[in-house]
Amino acid sequence: MDILALEAKSQNGAESEKKSTPKPKAKPPKKAKRIVYFEVEIVDLKTKEKLLLLDKVEPTATVLDIKALFHKSYPKWYPARQSLRLDPKGKSLRDEEILQTLPVGTTASFYFSDLGPQLTWGTVFLSECVGPLILYLMFYFRLPFIYSPKYDFTTSKHWVVHLACMCHSFHYMKRILETLFVHRISHGTMPLRNIFKNCGYYWCSAAWMAYYINHPLYTPPYYGQQQINTGLYIFLFCQVGNFSIHIALRNLKSQGSKVKKIPYPTKNPFTWIFWLVSCPNYTYELGSWIGFTVMTQCVPVAFFTLVAFVQMTVWAKGKHRSYLKEFRDYPTLRSSILPFIL
Amino acid sequence: MSAAAQGTSKAGHGDVASRKKKGPGALATAYLVIYNVVMTAGWLVIAVGLVRAYLARGSYHGLYYSIEKPLKFFQTGALLEVREALRLRRCCLFRVQGMTFLWSLVSVQSEDSVLLFVTAWTVTEIIRYSFYTFSLLNHLPYLIKWARYTFFIVLYPMGVSGELLTIYAALPYVQKTGLYSVTLPNKYNFSFDYYAFLILVMISYIPLFPQLYFHMIRQRKKVLGHTEDYSKVE
Repeated sequence: MDILALEAKSQNGAESEKKSTPKPKAKPPKKAKRIVYFEVEIVDLKTKEKLLLLDKVEPTATVLDIKALFHKSYPKWYPARQSLRLDPKGKSLRDEEILQTLPVGTTASFYFSDLGPQLTWGTVFLSECVGPLILYLMFYFRLPFIYSPKYDFTTSKHWVVHLACMCHSFHYMKRILETLFVHRISHGTMPLRNIFKNCGYYWCSAAWMAYYINHPLYTPPYYGQQQINTGLYIFLFCQVGNFSIHIALRNLKSQGSKVKKIPYPTKNPFTWIFWLVSCPNYTYELGSWIGFTVMTQCVPVAFFTLVAFVQMTVWAKGKHRSYLKEFRDYPTLRSSILPFIL
Repeated sequence: MSAAAQGTSKAGHGDVASRKKKGPGALATAYLVIYNVVMTAGWLVIAVGLVRAYLARGSYHGLYYSIEKPLKFFQTGALLEVREALRLRRCCLFRVQGMTFLWSLVSVQSEDSVLLFVTAWTVTEIIRYSFYTFSLLNHLPYLIKWARYTFFIVLYPMGVSGELLTIYAALPYVQKTGLYSVTLPNKYNFSFDYYAFLILVMISYIPLFPQLYFHMIRQRKKVLGHTEDYSKVE
């Protein structure tokens, strides 16, 4: 769902430069030192069938290089879909690992498994966001077959319903634009079936919420205009905050750089929450949805907010833990998502 | 039925518990043993209650009333296993199904289908909980293991049929009275149609039951197959 989440999970770093395959007919040995070439054998994880034998692999080759070589022999399995392991029960090797630093002899054996068709994070993010945007509007304009035919193409008489549509659409438009222009998504992919899972969740949630908010029998909030305004201000405040954090994170590192840095508060007051929280983008996201819930007073929205909170907390804790592991001097005052609480 | 479906996940739990024994697992093991003994006893109570009620009345009708309270109690109590159920999501859904018609049995308590699934559950649960109890105490009689991995072949379809028939029988009543349903407009802007929910539950049996059933069959080959090999060697 979010770049921070994928960075915490992803084992793959940015792409490293590709090295050319050393040809069997090596250059005439003019160099004084001898390069010990490696022999790499790739074996299928399940069937233990020998898939490929590479000889004369440079010791400074990375796992990604080996994947590229493997791809040449098996065009169907592009590097993003390969998982290479040293030990059948161990973890997959990261792309940037260098052959000579691995605990192997000069003949290395890798176990290969197919991760299945992969999609880039960008593709998944966009599909996740376009769905809710369009679906909500379908309910807002009361397209046929949703509500009773006598309500087709009518508009709600409640001002808050129009407001909710604007907020919801703004939220997803903002997300789409951020995915296209703001997020620096380090090169990573996810399995194809994830898109069905993620989109299913987002699209169904959006439809469920939109159904009730735009329903002809919708009941406006109990405390009236006061409650609507409060919800709206919270929502807008947190949207601006969320955007500020995304910009701050983008400015942390330049495109393609592998260096990880601790995010710190900037001149923008919305980023001052970095003093207290590792993943303020999730904090602000939660705040936005709380604002939206208060504004619409709708149980499905509250439920969606709760589920989002649980999921983002899991991601935030993961990211917080990886920060702590990576940086010895990581500020101790920070919590993962809720200041002092979580 | 749903609790029986959890059998597979509980096996994992049992294994974890016995592995934990090396460390500070004594407390966890004690808790699990007590839990499983209590559940076994509970289902035995229900079974005995059923037999006694039948002998007293001479017919199957009204049997449900005699065991309604302990049945609801122990079926709900098995929710404590939900943590493990969440690992195998289909088992969790089965738990939902189990709960669903238990709490909607208002009108259909004298149906034969109720007897069908109650009998199936009772036998399954007694075997299952005694299986766990004995496993935790590291003294599992082969008979119990065999029973656990063989009886399900008949009991699962029996239980599922009973459940489906019961839900189906309850549908008219639910539709008429709007049981557990919430309609618009209301200040929470929420609605829930229990009737539609029950229909969805019934449909969900179609993908879920075969998965569970064939999973148990595979487990059976694995668990009982090994001992057959050993006996051949000897």
